[in-house]
Amino acid sequence: MREKLEQIKKKAMEAMEALHDLDQLEEFRVKTLGKKGELTLVLRGMGSLPPQERPVIGQLANEIRTALEKALGKKTVELKEAALEKRLEEETIDVTIPGKQPDLGKLHPLTKMLNELEEIFLGMGFDIAEGPEIEWDSYNFEALNIPQNHPARDVQDTFYINDNILLRTHTSPVQIRTMLKQKPPIKIICPGRVYRSDAVDATHSPIFHQIEGLVVDKNITMGDLKGVLDVFAKQVFGQETKTKFRPHHFPFTEPSAEVDVSCAICRGEGCRVCSHTGWIEILGAGMVHPKVLEYCGIDPKVYSGFAFGMGLDRITNLKYGIDDIRLLFENDIRFLKQF
Amino acid sequence: MLLPINWVKKYVEVDMSSKELADKLTMTGSNAEEVITLREGISNVVVGKILSVEPHSNADKLLVCKVDVGTETIQVVTGAGNVAAGQLVPVALHGSKLPGGITIKRGKLRGVESQGMLCSGEELELKDSDYPGAETDGILILQEYYPPGMDIKEALDLGGEVIDFEITSNRPDCLSVVGMAREIAAATGKSWSMPEIVLSPGVGSIENELQVEVENPDLCPRYLARVVKDIKIQPSPRWMRRHLAAAGVRPINNIVDITNYVMLELGQPMHAFDLDRVEGRKIIVRNARPGETLVTLDDKQRNLTPDMLVIADTGRPIALAGIMGGANSEITGETKQIVFESALFDGASVRMTSKKLGLRSESSSRFEKGLDINMALTAVDRAAQLVQELGAGTLVEGRLDVLGASTEKRKLTIQWEQINKLLALNLTAEQISGILTALGLEISVDGEYMTAIIPTYRNDIEGMADLAEEVARIYGYDRIPLTLMEGSASKGARTRKQKLIFSIKTALTGMGMHEAITYSFTSPHIYQKIGIGAADYPPVVRIANPLGEDQSIMRTTMLPSMLEVLSHNYNRRIENCSIFEINPIFIPKALPLTDLPDEMLTLAMGEYGENVDFYTLKGKVEVLASLLGLEDKLTFQPARHPALHPGRTAELLMDGKAIGLIGQIHPKTAENYETDAGTVLGELNLQAMLDQANTDRQYQALPRYPAVTRDLAFIVEKNVQAAEIAELIKKGGGSILEKVTLFDIYEGSQIPEGHKSMAYSLSYRADDRTLKDEEVNKAHQRIIDLLEKELGAKLR
Repeated sequence: MREKLEQIKKKAMEAMEALHDLDQLEEFRVKTLGKKGELTLVLRGMGSLPPQERPVIGQLANEIRTALEKALGKKTVELKEAALEKRLEEETIDVTIPGKQPDLGKLHPLTKMLNELEEIFLGMGFDIAEGPEIEWDSYNFEALNIPQNHPARDVQDTFYINDNILLRTHTSPVQIRTMLKQKPPIKIICPGRVYRSDAVDATHSPIFHQIEGLVVDKNITMGDLKGVLDVFAKQVFGQETKTKFRPHHFPFTEPSAEVDVSCAICRGEGCRVCSHTGWIEILGAGMVHPKVLEYCGIDPKVYSGFAFGMGLDRITNLKYGIDDIRLLFENDIRFLKQF
Repeated sequence: MLLPINWVKKYVEVDMSSKELADKLTMTGSNAEEVITLREGISNVVVGKILSVEPHSNADKLLVCKVDVGTETIQVVTGAGNVAAGQLVPVALHGSKLPGGITIKRGKLRGVESQGMLCSGEELELKDSDYPGAETDGILILQEYYPPGMDIKEALDLGGEVIDFEITSNRPDCLSVVGMAREIAAATGKSWSMPEIVLSPGVGSIENELQVEVENPDLCPRYLARVVKDIKIQPSPRWMRRHLAAAGVRPINNIVDITNYVMLELGQPMHAFDLDRVEGRKIIVRNARPGETLVTLDDKQRNLTPDMLVIADTGRPIALAGIMGGANSEITGETKQIVFESALFDGASVRMTSKKLGLRSESSSRFEKGLDINMALTAVDRAAQLVQELGAGTLVEGRLDVLGASTEKRKLTIQWEQINKLLALNLTAEQISGILTALGLEISVDGEYMTAIIPTYRNDIEGMADLAEEVARIYGYDRIPLTLMEGSASKGARTRKQKLIFSIKTALTGMGMHEAITYSFTSPHIYQKIGIGAADYPPVVRIANPLGEDQSIMRTTMLPSMLEVLSHNYNRRIENCSIFEINPIFIPKALPLTDLPDEMLTLAMGEYGENVDFYTLKGKVEVLASLLGLEDKLTFQPARHPALHPGRTAELLMDGKAIGLIGQIHPKTAENYETDAGTVLGELNLQAMLDQANTDRQYQALPRYPAVTRDLAFIVEKNVQAAEIAELIKKGGGSILEKVTLFDIYEGSQIPEGHKSMAYSLSYRADDRTLKDEEVNKAHQRIIDLLEKELGAKLR
């Protein structure tokens, strides 16, 4: 009997080693340890043993059962691991195949640039003011010290609706509207769409976009104008950017300046973008003309201010290296997707 | 404005290079755009004296010359027959350059050594106006003596540099050589001078020759005239032609050249009339009479109106005041006596006339900006002086001067510290008055006050700010410190509307739409193109002076703009395109326009491509509505629009009021715009939506009790709308119905003709308890009853 048991154990252990899948293993468990299994059958034959041998054999049989069950458990784990590993291996994919991209729309580069510029000025405490694109001649010109038949009107070829109404040539009328309804301190930027009757080419568009700024308060100086625009230029074009203020003339500011920034492409060395000068003109600016303040009911003896203006399209093109303004209005998806 | 450096040097010392000068002046307000070197293509060409001319041993047509070129005598072979010993000629030496990039090197011509080249006028690109005889065939023979070896550009005064300045409209005084001399002096600390005018006595008396009458002194504050007799029309001298040419003016004859020379030098436009053609020997400055015409010097007939100022004789207009002379009194080769006019005309009047006639001239663009009442006098005398210098005629003694305005200089008193305050500088009164004095102002300081006497050529200086600018630009903008204004801290924030638009754009791009930006003016033909009948064209704002008809009206709808963008992309084989734009449309309140039109902020959307249909766009609009807290206010109902598919178009209602439209495009629209037939478009009144938007949110407790889900499928007639069904389901379900989801619509086999099967998933839930089956059953049954009763629905 003892031999028989030992033999069963030995045989079972060997058989188990040879098994490779979980189904076979289950079949083997039933065959070996189940109710009609070999071991059970042997134990049923215990009755024929002499009583003194029974506890010994019984204990042996239980030890063998325990050993087999333990081995079986271990084998089960092993086979499960192997099966999982096999499955995972089969499930392996080519991770270099391109991903499934959801469609992400893009903001127009002008909007993207505008948001960036607005953030800079919001950070410096400016509000954002808006106004109509179809404007009174008086707000677009006369309030800005450009009377009828003034030569300065030549610089801004104007689309007229009638004698009194026109398509605004700059966002300055928004400054006028703001000063007419709000007492200083005033600190605004005026972004928006403007119109000038220029034929379309790579650098001209009859519709383009401006951002102007206006600060009116007591004791505002030309130093403040230089300071604010210097901060602005550094934020847009990088900390190493320099600004250069050149005297100029605008009817609505006195003194007036044109502002160049050092070319960000060549860092002032001279390149194609800056026409080999090292500088790029991006802004017009100046101290608000006393007549403009007066028109708006602000006493120029008490208050002073500065104003500046720049072309959003031009700055966008500079920033992104776009060489043709027409691209901005063509809305080719392949263009829009790049930003 | 082209400033010849050699000319300006007559009136101011220049001790730096033209490039340095250009940079310096740019930083003091005269923006130099370019420094031009005249005859840059000519180098190392000198005056040579021909010592001998011998025949060439191997060529009949060639000659061998010995030429003294100053430092040495060289041998030159030439093919020109007009050379002779003793002549002075231009010689291109070895290594010299000629216009057109030609380099001359020594070499052998038919075996004979030639160490350079004798030049013709043509080879030096000279015209007769540059040097008499320059256009004649053969070598250019110089008429005067120049030392051999002298650079030809120097000898013939061909070289020199010219700076091209951009002069702003407030500084007409700088459109002159003397004005720039003054600027250069102020910028570089040198002194400058005016041309010294000395006249020899004239003959007779002008009163016997001419009368001048000014009828409208407001438009002509000053009119000066001088008369010259015994005119000999001939070319002006070379120095004058050279200066004119360098300044960009073509030399014509001595009299015309004198008028141009004075204008360029002093900034005062001049005109010369043929006195024999001035009827009645009288000049009348008056407004044109109705119906009058004048043929101007450019041979065009001009129809005049009474608001235009003319120069007339006793019979007819003979010039457009300040703009252009008339052909009827023009200087010709036969002219024997002339009148020089030097006047001051009102800038606005000149500009108005010039604009009305579409006629601009060098003269009109100067008068427009406002000129110096005193310079008119200097100029007429300067012209007289040049006549005497050039021997162009006999000056008649005296001048006529009709003066209708003050020639006094204005006075301006300011507190000079205000200048420092505006500029953030700390200049002394001496520094300030030093700068202003250099610019020609007379300054006196009395304690805190400073009085400036403003020269009449500086009409632009009106107040403290103008003086501050003068100080700032000469002191240097670069020396103004960078400061940041102090004072009350301001908030700096986007408005509610700006924030909402920002979040709408973020949401739309997040849903895969690209932002487009298109022109806001368009063609009046768009209405026809989107199928609107002529009777239904909306009132539009029209541009009076558009670039072309295609850009002549302000858009009242953005659908065509969307279609154009979609078509652009479709025709470039872009498979999927989804775009939006947010911009205003322009709706006139009444026509003709007396008030500004309404600018209605509009959201336009458009898309085509795989998986695009009416519902993809509608879904985006629904997401937007939910973003703006408007989902409960918005409804869709079938609608029609000529551009859109009649069965696939919906109107968007907010609280029952139409605020937009979405739909698939009409096949005809697809054809007209050459775009995908499956294109869907939308246009919403964003302004109205923003006005109603509510983005305040309150936390809603998450459900604590389970939901019970029941499906419901039934058959209804095909034309029953989902909105009706949803309405009934909600009504029947009552408060415990949490959510209704339509998950299937089916037509076809097993469904009767003209019907459809609709399948819904209904979710029931209560906030305060777990629902019992009986409750749900009751509600569910109510829904079924309602659907059967109201729509004849048959449960499946």
